[in-house]
Amino acid sequence: MTLSRREMLKAQAAGVAALAANMSVPAGAQPVSGGVDSLQIKWSKAPCRFCGTGCGVMVGVKEGKVIATHGDMKADVNRGLNCIKGYFLSKIMYGNDRLTQPLLRKRNGVYAKDGEFTPVSWAEAFDTMAAKAKATLKAKGPTALGMFGSGQWTIFEGYAATKLMRAGFRSNNLDPNARHCMASAAYAFMRTFGMDEPMGCYDDFEHADAFVLWGSNMAEMHPILWTRVTDRRLGQPHVKVAVLSTYTHRSSDLADIPIVFKPGTDLAILNFIANHIITTGRVNKDFVGKHTTFVKGATEIGYGLRPDDPREVKAKKAADPAATTPIDFEAYAAFVKDYTLEKVAALTGVEAGFLLQLAELYADPKRKVTSFWTMGFNQHVRGVWANQLVYNLHLLTGKISEPGNSPFSLTGQPSACGTAREVGTFAHRLPADMTVVNPEHRKHTEEIWRVPHGIIPEKPGYHAVEQDRMLKDGKLNFYWIQVNNNLQAAPNSSNETYPGYRNPENFVVVSDAYPTVTAMAADLILPAAMWVEKEGAYGNAERRTHVWHQLVDAPGEARSDLWQLMEFSKRFTTDEVWPAEILAANPNYKGKTLFDVLFRNGQVDKFPLSETAPDYANQESKDFGFYVHKGLFEEYAAFGRGHGHDLGPYDLYHQVRGLRWPVVDGKETLWRYREGLDPYVKPGKGVEFYGNKDGKARIIAVPYEPPAESPDNEYDLWLVTGRVLEHWHSGSMTMRVPELYKAFPGARCFMHPEDARKRGLNQGAEITVISRRGEMRTRVETRGRNRMPPGVVFVPWFDASQLINKTTLDATDPISKQTDFKKCAVKIVPVSG
Amino acid sequence: MRSRTLLGAALAAGLVLAFGAAVSQEGAPVKIVPRLTGTANPMALERVPALGRPVVDDVRRMRNYPEQPPVIPHAIDGYQLTLNTNRCMDCHKREFTEGSGAPMISVTHFQDRDGQVLSDVTPRRYFCTACHVQQTDVAPLVQNRFQDAKDIGRKP
Repeated sequence: MTLSRREMLKAQAAGVAALAANMSVPAGAQPVSGGVDSLQIKWSKAPCRFCGTGCGVMVGVKEGKVIATHGDMKADVNRGLNCIKGYFLSKIMYGNDRLTQPLLRKRNGVYAKDGEFTPVSWAEAFDTMAAKAKATLKAKGPTALGMFGSGQWTIFEGYAATKLMRAGFRSNNLDPNARHCMASAAYAFMRTFGMDEPMGCYDDFEHADAFVLWGSNMAEMHPILWTRVTDRRLGQPHVKVAVLSTYTHRSSDLADIPIVFKPGTDLAILNFIANHIITTGRVNKDFVGKHTTFVKGATEIGYGLRPDDPREVKAKKAADPAATTPIDFEAYAAFVKDYTLEKVAALTGVEAGFLLQLAELYADPKRKVTSFWTMGFNQHVRGVWANQLVYNLHLLTGKISEPGNSPFSLTGQPSACGTAREVGTFAHRLPADMTVVNPEHRKHTEEIWRVPHGIIPEKPGYHAVEQDRMLKDGKLNFYWIQVNNNLQAAPNSSNETYPGYRNPENFVVVSDAYPTVTAMAADLILPAAMWVEKEGAYGNAERRTHVWHQLVDAPGEARSDLWQLMEFSKRFTTDEVWPAEILAANPNYKGKTLFDVLFRNGQVDKFPLSETAPDYANQESKDFGFYVHKGLFEEYAAFGRGHGHDLGPYDLYHQVRGLRWPVVDGKETLWRYREGLDPYVKPGKGVEFYGNKDGKARIIAVPYEPPAESPDNEYDLWLVTGRVLEHWHSGSMTMRVPELYKAFPGARCFMHPEDARKRGLNQGAEITVISRRGEMRTRVETRGRNRMPPGVVFVPWFDASQLINKTTLDATDPISKQTDFKKCAVKIVPVSG
Repeated sequence: MRSRTLLGAALAAGLVLAFGAAVSQEGAPVKIVPRLTGTANPMALERVPALGRPVVDDVRRMRNYPEQPPVIPHAIDGYQLTLNTNRCMDCHKREFTEGSGAPMISVTHFQDRDGQVLSDVTPRRYFCTACHVQQTDVAPLVQNRFQDAKDIGRKP
């Protein structure tokens, strides 16, 4: 900022005049009030804190405070745009009720389960916590100890957590809230391609001729990706958009083919399209012959409910839901032959004309199709099937792994891919798509981690819903929750979640930035640093790894989840937690702390403090005396380099707006599995799905099966839960931003005006939503953005005072163990008085 | 109605003041704010406040920083914002602002993905409500300590 000569003269003249008049110039009238220096803002890059899109954000800092944010012009994901939440990132850290010191439930000066939250030091917090963990380990062993993490953990945090749990405490009871979010997608990738995550990337948006949304309201949940779809649709008139949902929403407003189907019947639509492709002779025979094989999946696989539920007892294949048997193309074609247009139109309630138009988008060999899905598919009792059935369509037509032809699973959390999946924080997973049940994978992991063989347990731990059940049943007794709000998020919470948290046998620790409903139900609350208060790394839905610096300090004594995990590990010695026989065989590990063996292992502590950026703070590195983030990243990257998951050198990520793995010879990979685009495809192969040993993808024959619970005479409405644009997940950040709160201040029940009228309800009336499991109160919305068909209602879950998950059913996909939050039966009655 | 709103806001502000420093208070380190923390017994049923009324006073609100999308200070009930039509542009399009008195969409809205300026709103910015939202007349749940850049770093 420079002043022109004329402005200078004017300013000087005003100053002289003011001086002469013996008065000071008001700040507002000064040419540069406060001096030119006061205009300076330090801008740094970071990914957005919210969804899995992974927008680049420029963060402006002045005197240690974030004072503005805007979309990063240099970020390819969003090119300068943010959604309403992203534009208000600057305020998410400044809610007045930030947690700034540990709070322990105490009575008469000592910990008591029924005590009041009392401020304590970190030392007292960790002492109490360590004593509880040790007592639990001693009494019941590692399976009574568990942790629930997040797709919002940074890569470093997830990696430190998986090391601490599996190699430190020897427990696989580690699961992320991403289990509720995209486990179905991850399982389907493994079952189809033998390798997780999308083959395409966001560049598909600018190449596709058609977009099909299968259970995804991108206009509200991935608004910036929706700007790219909109750009393509409005900019290229030949492009078509199909939106499938169980109700009409904002994404439907851009649809050429808007489809509202009866809940759960999307499976039948998918099989109909496959049948249409086959019967109209549009199978890409060359592609199918070279690059696919066919299997038939086990059926009647149950609903992931407790084993004594009658629905589980009745299910023939509940014990082995993932089983498949090989078949051939003819058997597959015969299997889908049942899914005729007439039959599927009747089952789904969709007009036949729309079904045909939709099927033609896939069948027409000239049209490049990108399919998107999120929770409509993933939160589905047949979610893995739904994911695989859409892969079927892309594989039958060969419309995959090239620009614009892309089956694209979107993610809801900023590092669902980067942390939950790639690092492997699921109860059965290890880094780089490996699993704990595979002895080779465990051995390889133990070698990279430099821990003795036999340390990592082979039995998968409890998954998310099972953790809640085991807490309630008293089998899981020490439980640490980080970066999530599970009491608000988990299904059937009043019966299956809350009782476990308050079970007197259990000690529950919650690390969070704010007092959430989950934190308030804990025994110990640890104050967490958030977002740019720490150095971090996220991995978005297009395999993009994006790193940021610590830009401001956390308030009070709040510390990052990474610091908490590492600091806590100092309180345990190997002698306390590892079997004596392993220590006897490996005496050099005796008497060491878990911090020594996991983080001071010669690798994680390899990079000195001097390698941290001089112009940014780095709290953890300062506290531990080495460049923690770089050390963790480089050790972790050893898992994927040379195995199709290659990450670049850590320092590079501070320079760029993220890179899409595999990063080979410094170059990112935009489309995988196709020769010329993916360096891992062997020359001459054309296409190679190298995640599977035979290099081929699987096409699966699975049927339509009904949901776990459907409306009946008493519980006569379908309940769908989800999000709204203005609030992210449980609202713990966005509800504290005044503008976002005021834009959408509370949950409500979207319903069809006719359904409201039949119950004597007016717009805004107070109602009770009742299921077989529980009830909650809310208000009627008949005019809002979600336009419900008769018989279906939608309630968002962001409002901590209106916990809709008290009514939802803890039914999961039996393969992925992901909850179906989109389909259960409720009734609605007015609140009288 | 307005006086009731003001009273509500004053009460809420009073609560913030009274409990703002509660962390240091004996026995009450965290204040219960049902929409944030859940109710004291999170599994209990409590009365639900009425839906907030939209702010439709047509008064422009100052932005927190220049990049912030301005909020919508008027009713948008029944506005069509679809593949075929965009009601917002009836007033905010450059050509119509003289008649409508509405602010013109910002110059950034004319730029395509590559930063080139088009003659009208870029398709990528077509759906206004992704960034611009209405406000309701409810009081914030907690104070937000975000500081305006103009109040930081001034050397008098």
